[in-house]
Amino acid sequence: MSQSHRIEGGQIDRAKTVRFTFDGLPYQGFTGDTLASALLANGVRLMGRSFKYHRPRGVLSAGSEEPNALVELRSGGRQEPNTRATVVELFEGLEANSQNRWPSLRFDAMGINDTLSTFFAAGFYYKTFMWPKSFWEKLYEPIIRRAAGLGSVSREEDPDEYDKGFLHCDLLVIGAGPAGLMAALTAGRAGKRVILADEDFAFGGRLNAETFAVGQSSGADWAAATVAELASMPNVRLMARTTVLGAFDHGIYSAVERVSDHLAVPLAGKPRQVLWRIYSQRAILCGGATERPIAFENNDRPGIMLAGSLRAYANRWGVKAGERVAVFTNNDGGLRTATDLQARGVDVVAVIDSREGGELLPGIRHLRGAEVIDTSGRLGLKSVTVRQANGRTEEVRVDALGVSGGWNPNVNIHSHQRARPVWDASIAAFVPGADGPAGLTVAGAAAGVFSTHGALRTGLDAAVSALGLTGAAELPEAEDAPVRITPLWHVAHGKGRAWIDQQNDVTVKDIKLAQQENFTSVEHMKRYTTLGMATDQGKTGNVIGLAIMAELTGRSIPETGTTMYRPPYTPVAMGALAGRSRGREFKPFRLTPSHHWAVEQGATFVEVGNWLRTQWVPKAGETEWRQSVDREVLATRKSVGICDVTTLGKIDIQGTDAGAFLDRVYANTFSTLAVGKCRYGLMLREDGIVFDDGTTARMGEHEYVMTTTTANAVTVFRHLEFCRQCLWPDMDVQLISTTEAWAQFSVAGPNARRLLEKVVDQNISDAAFPYMGAGNITVGGLRARLFRISFSGELAYEIAVPTRYGDALLREMLAKGAEFEPIVYGTEALGVMRIEKGHVAGGELNGQSTALNMGLGKMVSKKKDSIGMVLSHREGLVGENGYRLVGVKPVDPKGKLVAGSHFLETGAAPVMENDGGWLTSKVYSPHIGSDIALGYLKGGDRKIGQRMRAVNLLSGLDTEVEIVSPHFFDPEGERLRG
Amino acid sequence: MIIHHPILGPRDAQEFVYLGDASLIDRPDGMTAGVEAFHDYTYNRDNPAGLHRELWYHEQGDRSWLVVTRNTVTHEILRVELARDVARAKGRSK
Repeated sequence: MSQSHRIEGGQIDRAKTVRFTFDGLPYQGFTGDTLASALLANGVRLMGRSFKYHRPRGVLSAGSEEPNALVELRSGGRQEPNTRATVVELFEGLEANSQNRWPSLRFDAMGINDTLSTFFAAGFYYKTFMWPKSFWEKLYEPIIRRAAGLGSVSREEDPDEYDKGFLHCDLLVIGAGPAGLMAALTAGRAGKRVILADEDFAFGGRLNAETFAVGQSSGADWAAATVAELASMPNVRLMARTTVLGAFDHGIYSAVERVSDHLAVPLAGKPRQVLWRIYSQRAILCGGATERPIAFENNDRPGIMLAGSLRAYANRWGVKAGERVAVFTNNDGGLRTATDLQARGVDVVAVIDSREGGELLPGIRHLRGAEVIDTSGRLGLKSVTVRQANGRTEEVRVDALGVSGGWNPNVNIHSHQRARPVWDASIAAFVPGADGPAGLTVAGAAAGVFSTHGALRTGLDAAVSALGLTGAAELPEAEDAPVRITPLWHVAHGKGRAWIDQQNDVTVKDIKLAQQENFTSVEHMKRYTTLGMATDQGKTGNVIGLAIMAELTGRSIPETGTTMYRPPYTPVAMGALAGRSRGREFKPFRLTPSHHWAVEQGATFVEVGNWLRTQWVPKAGETEWRQSVDREVLATRKSVGICDVTTLGKIDIQGTDAGAFLDRVYANTFSTLAVGKCRYGLMLREDGIVFDDGTTARMGEHEYVMTTTTANAVTVFRHLEFCRQCLWPDMDVQLISTTEAWAQFSVAGPNARRLLEKVVDQNISDAAFPYMGAGNITVGGLRARLFRISFSGELAYEIAVPTRYGDALLREMLAKGAEFEPIVYGTEALGVMRIEKGHVAGGELNGQSTALNMGLGKMVSKKKDSIGMVLSHREGLVGENGYRLVGVKPVDPKGKLVAGSHFLETGAAPVMENDGGWLTSKVYSPHIGSDIALGYLKGGDRKIGQRMRAVNLLSGLDTEVEIVSPHFFDPEGERLRG
Repeated sequence: MIIHHPILGPRDAQEFVYLGDASLIDRPDGMTAGVEAFHDYTYNRDNPAGLHRELWYHEQGDRSWLVVTRNTVTHEILRVELARDVARAKGRSK
């Protein structure tokens, strides 16, 4: 059966045969075919199963509105579900498969749903799967999902690339039918920068599907000639296979270009798809119109399609959808299907025209005042039952039926910013209303202007007025037939099901049920019946549904209204939305200056925001992380350890008001800090909660260097700019982030100074560089900074050099200080030592805690105004029984602690009323020889020395603990001043 | 959206970080205003359907804070000013 349904004509290249498979069977088509046209050419009518009832379905349309013919394309990593066969461009070797059927398309076991349809009416799931609640997740939902599946994915990684791009133009023309081509031609000839985008691979729109002439040539030839002229213009960009998805604010449009979907494999270096962002102050929507069916019993059989699509397959693709064809229409457009098909030698058995009276088509059996009331043929149409004007019914044997209920202008994009479409009774359709997106006008069928002449004229006019042109291209002659339609939404007959939304299996009955149950507003009706909620977004069904609801409620269609349209116009692959942001490129790592050294050592890393930091550096023989971490802590406290602290935020602050500025943004005072000294600073939010902390050094009279936590480096900088520009605009203060400019290492331990003396050029004795000293120094002549600050409780420094020297500095320190057996420690040992010393960090700086909670209440100066000062003292934050930072030790040194445990009094039940607070951070301290923790305990400052319990029900831990000072290590601070 | 930066011209909104109501400029003086005034400043905002003056930060740009007058219903932007100029006009200095 090779292309048994191919007829003469069409815009396919018969010299180029294309082989493809559908459900494993081999077929042939031609270049220029879609998968749907090629399947029809081979006499294949059955293409899919419906979503809910698993009804056998064929193709309904010839475009992107297709609800039924959803197929899976390709295999492996390139497998793509839910692709509309009507827009899939045929290519050599294409593999396509039907979906939502088992075991086969012709026999689908889930077809039983169709027999049981009485139980599956609208609201079925809401009403049925309610009790018991626990059954939903484990039983009901998995079963429903399996039964009501669309396509499947292979779960293999997509091997292709997707890109994003940006384009700018004077005029964006959306759609390349007669209106769009005329608009683009007018603007292009005027020298304007034009983008013409169309979702189809061939420009021309309906000109390719109709037999109308434009000027002296056929419509298709005129389109081809116009495209050739446009292609010769350097100011015009033609974008075929490009769907404009949405209109966004201020003249921004998104579009997806399917660069490689029509190829088996993308060309080298080419992406599969590109998501474009198009900036254009002026745009013309020439998106055409979509035909809608008429609802009648069993109107969803394979072989029943839209009348305009039936003739599109004949005119554009040289395909007859059946041997014996009938047309059911309520408007003159449907008649064209009959005359076009007959002219091509197809046997047109009858035209069933629901309109009473009027002229009859010559040479065709044209029944006026007649309706199709039922059909037969389970896997493909066999006959239609016609009720004539006189009431007599007759069964007409046909294998294809074209249905036309009129055309809906594609107003979608015009409505993307809330503009409501308005009802135009003369064409029985919604047309674009007022208040569309600024700069967007509508032309051609999308504006409700259905004749070829009207499309050309409105396209030209729209371009002239959008761009303020004076001269204009000449308008070619074309047909200007009026729209003659008598609305008919559904055929009243019998009790069977008449489909409205074929993809979601919504029938006229479902609309009636929604009305009975008072879901009469369009928004309620939509959600209750799921009308228009499938992947086709109801392009063919929505208007029929609301027209029927209008009938049922006795309201007019405009009174009933319509749901809103939102982007995207058609479904978009996730890959296109992600673009290059996938895998590691979704969130690239920031690497520290010591990264390469750490990799050489086999270090373990941890993600800290975007940074990848060294977590610990194992030595040979260490098999468990604690061995490495304990060793790093003990070695640092015994001699010296080095840690990369580059990730801390660094902000240079300069200007004559720099000190005054810091007094405002920090809770404590910095204007009095001596040059060459640094100080711990606490930064609050305006609501009095601690925002961030860090050390800030005064490097000169009007120059400070602030450090922030790693996590808040960006937000602190943003906040400081806000304070500088919005609150105190006349302060002389300048900021610059230098986080990436300096590599910074902490050098801590009793031998820290001796090690540094071997690399720095200056005298850094305790007298020359005392505790909390800061200054500019040199390292082998290289500019550097030194701060004598400690996070570990040890004698410690932080030394900074320009980032590109960071790796060299680390290696130099390790080499020159080898006699002190320095080790490099990671974030785990850093955490152990800061908790041993009682410094707050992530677990304590939790965005909910005040300075008072942290035991730092006295740092908030009341002598000056600062951000958060006033509200930090408000009632509710200062109660005596509020949370206070405490240290925690298990009474039994073997006792286990876990962060997140709650404090309970001995004997108290583990209920919320007895909750005393929680452990914020926990480590094993090799110095203490047991687990230790920090925590927030209600009234904790008055409970030092008491015994409580740390309870964690999730871990099953209930540990007796002693509340101690948070300073476990060297509480007098003798070591860091050494 | 496109924001017409007073210095840099039209810029895509993606370059900016949004903060919120421009009333955040009107910070009371902590040495004279009390908790009530700060409570109002910190927590209370109008939420108009219509014109709204709001703060945007050009983080992927020149780090200017801008006051953008935007219609929250249509997203039309009627005016863009440097927040520093707005603050000065309100009498803020040091």
